Amino acid sequence: MSIVADTSILARREGTSGRLSDFFWRNPKILLLLMLTPPLLWLGIIYLGSLFALLLQSFFSIDDFSGLINYEFTLATYRQLLIPSNFDIILRTVLMAALVTLASAAIAFPIAYYAARYAKGKWKVVFYLGVMLPLWSSYLVKVYAWKLILAKEGIVTWFFAKLHLSWLLDAWLSLPVVGGSSLSISYTGTFIVFIYVWMPFMILPIQAALERVPGNLIEASADLGGHPAQTFRHVLFPLALPGIIAGSIFTFSLTLGDYIIPQIIGSSRLFIGQAVYAQQGTAGNIPLAAAFSVVPIVIMGLYLWMAKRQGAFDAL
Amino acid sequence: MRSDRNTSAPLGLKIAAGLGLAFLHLPILLIFLYAFTTEEKSYQFPPPGYTLKWFAVTWNRPDVWEAMGLSVRVASISTAVALVLGTLCAAAVSRTKFFGRETISLLVILPIALPGIITGIALRSAFSFAEIPFSFWTIVLGHATFCVVVVYNNAVARFRRVSGSLIEASMDLGADSFQTFRYVILPNIGTALLAGGMLAFALSFDEVIVTTFTAGQQSTLPIWMLEELVRPRQRPVTNVVAMVVVLVTFLPILGAYYLTRDGDQVAGAGK
Repeated sequence: MSIVADTSILARREGTSGRLSDFFWRNPKILLLLMLTPPLLWLGIIYLGSLFALLLQSFFSIDDFSGLINYEFTLATYRQLLIPSNFDIILRTVLMAALVTLASAAIAFPIAYYAARYAKGKWKVVFYLGVMLPLWSSYLVKVYAWKLILAKEGIVTWFFAKLHLSWLLDAWLSLPVVGGSSLSISYTGTFIVFIYVWMPFMILPIQAALERVPGNLIEASADLGGHPAQTFRHVLFPLALPGIIAGSIFTFSLTLGDYIIPQIIGSSRLFIGQAVYAQQGTAGNIPLAAAFSVVPIVIMGLYLWMAKRQGAFDAL
Repeated sequence: MRSDRNTSAPLGLKIAAGLGLAFLHLPILLIFLYAFTTEEKSYQFPPPGYTLKWFAVTWNRPDVWEAMGLSVRVASISTAVALVLGTLCAAAVSRTKFFGRETISLLVILPIALPGIITGIALRSAFSFAEIPFSFWTIVLGHATFCVVVVYNNAVARFRRVSGSLIEASMDLGADSFQTFRYVILPNIGTALLAGGMLAFALSFDEVIVTTFTAGQQSTLPIWMLEELVRPRQRPVTNVVAMVVVLVTFLPILGAYYLTRDGDQVAGAGK
């Protein structure tokens, strides 16, 4: 009996690595701690540390005469955000991010739905790579491509001229707000490029959500007399909503913080990202830049909180 | 009786999906066309003529090569750091349930969930606060931080599929933890790590928003391109560089796809 017990349980391992290995097996918590320490130190110190340093700066103010930072706790910098010219920047950015998100969802949905429900075999791969390649290809190259497209002498102008529709393009550009002297320096241009660059992030989460919708649910809705539009409204859309929200986290957040697209393609009016960049760079007003960058953090915090309640994280 | 599942898509859906994909791809194809244009001063369409001479001009430009070299070095080191940190984190989170597990996944995702400009300005103000001069390593510091999540996403999905009993079996058969890692875990997660690494490389190679804050006077390839975008001086050279960048970034994406296609499709589900 005792022989069986002795041989069925392995002897303790010899050597440092053996003993270490036994130790980890017996104390999984210590192994866990060892595994978590490096990434947590990195993210905690470098990332969170910097973020907190930034937050802290937003409670300082800048001395108007000397231009030096006044290290005293104050909310004055946040009050500056509310003066009309600054508040306009925030409104403009949030509105743009919301519009880009809605438009992206509208364009992404058919692609995601087709890929999830109808694409089979080879086509599934075509759709997957067809989304992944633009999503991962260089951000700047994509912006550059649109600079080529929207330029006055570029392909859009040429295309409208060929169709004898130049008057339509001119009419659109002469509109207030969305117009401008050419597409590449108008809000319309900024809007299109934002959609182009961030829309691919919307497709995969929607597709993931739609793939979980059983096909016979759609058929059941049709069998019960549901018109396709009704099926979409009452069956498909509610089930896809967590995916749409998950995707909108990306489109919304990325648009909110972008300062390169509106700088290259757009009118001279600023977005939050540009304001942050200008304040910390040429203006040297780090506290105001910090306060400006708190705005997207707060908005995204609220957004993530709402998304979590809608169950969007399961669709990521 | 079962209804036929292979009904084809409604025409409207086909058109909408096709147009959507065309919208995503045509602008990139246009980049290829412009790399061959003879026009130097504007973005004229259609190009007045075609030439190969800008490829030779670009080839002989030391500034392009320097920027490319810096980008490759930064991306390599950042990817290596991200591989180690991301794998450790994924292993810890997927193996065990512990208090604060959700917080850790959130912490990993945060650098890409928050706009890049915030990461950038936060790092910059921290550098100036700690009086760290800009260097190669300040760029790496920023890049590795947001590359972790890509590796983490790929690794976590694969760890979920590697059954825990496999590891217990290995230990029962007398392997110690290190042998189990080397001969059981690593072969199982290897392709996922490779895929995550490739995507992290592509992400770092292309990053510009954080880099503008952490690079100082150094110029990575995206920063070189950004300068050309803001103040176009060498349009033809920029056209060629843009085309090369597209081709270079396609390779890791295709590679990552082929490495993870059998598993859950997670390679870069969200940057």
